[in-house]
Amino acid sequence: MSNKQKKKLTPVQQQYHSFAKEREPRRPVLANCLRAFLVGGLICILGQGIFDFFRYVLDFSEKAAINPMVVTLIFLAIILTVYGVYDKMAQWAGAGTAVPITGFANAMAAAAIEHRTEGFVLGVGGKMFKLAGAVIVFGVFSAFIVALLKTTLAMLGVI
Amino acid sequence: MEDYFWAFVVGGLICVIGQLLLDIGKFTPAHTMSILVVTGAVLEGLGLYEPLLDFAGAGAGVPITSFGHALVQGAMIEAEKTGIIGIFTGLLETTSAGIAAAIIFSFMAALFFKPKE
Repeated sequence: MSNKQKKKLTPVQQQYHSFAKEREPRRPVLANCLRAFLVGGLICILGQGIFDFFRYVLDFSEKAAINPMVVTLIFLAIILTVYGVYDKMAQWAGAGTAVPITGFANAMAAAAIEHRTEGFVLGVGGKMFKLAGAVIVFGVFSAFIVALLKTTLAMLGVI
Repeated sequence: MEDYFWAFVVGGLICVIGQLLLDIGKFTPAHTMSILVVTGAVLEGLGLYEPLLDFAGAGAGVPITSFGHALVQGAMIEAEKTGIIGIFTGLLETTSAGIAAAIIFSFMAALFFKPKE
């Protein structure tokens, strides 16, 4: 909590705040990072394996092999989500399962399944992008700004 | 074999950055993913993501940062052909496979499966 917000609190609330903070369980940052490294790295090795399969066995070009790799990884992640395996992995691996593209797929599939009870249109359709929506919105907007800057600079002959 | 080693190391390190944002930065998962995507887009804009991909392969291609990279890449390919309007037509071009697959398979998952627990 920022200092600005803190000032608005009464002394008793401030006391409670520091009391609660002392007793907050400490996050095992190092262990979390090691797990994230291990699992995230392994998912990337799997990705590399799928990439090489499409490239050398099915004769895709280096650029063209990326798309089927991404689709395969997303498919696998959603299968694991459906059977509840991905969420169990995520509890152990933290960012190791969240940061790869499989985490994006997991967030979408989990939201879709979870909100099914609210109906297909309002639940599945409307809530599927609960977390993934943020990624797409900020990705698209920042990419737009970057591309606009680059294009403008190129037109002006700066780069 | 070397490809696999660097994919593991670089992919793992990007996940560690994500974990640090969660644990030390105290960001929510949605904030963390958004930060990483924006980072990927900015790195691509600076021309740094492509060399990372050449070096680490799937290690840079699988983490969500590559989504930001692919958005800028798609926009720039079209923008070079048709100017500003190309940014709009090209922005989602390279990422289409990923987004479409995630929507289609997620919908099928909701169609055929009930929530666990």
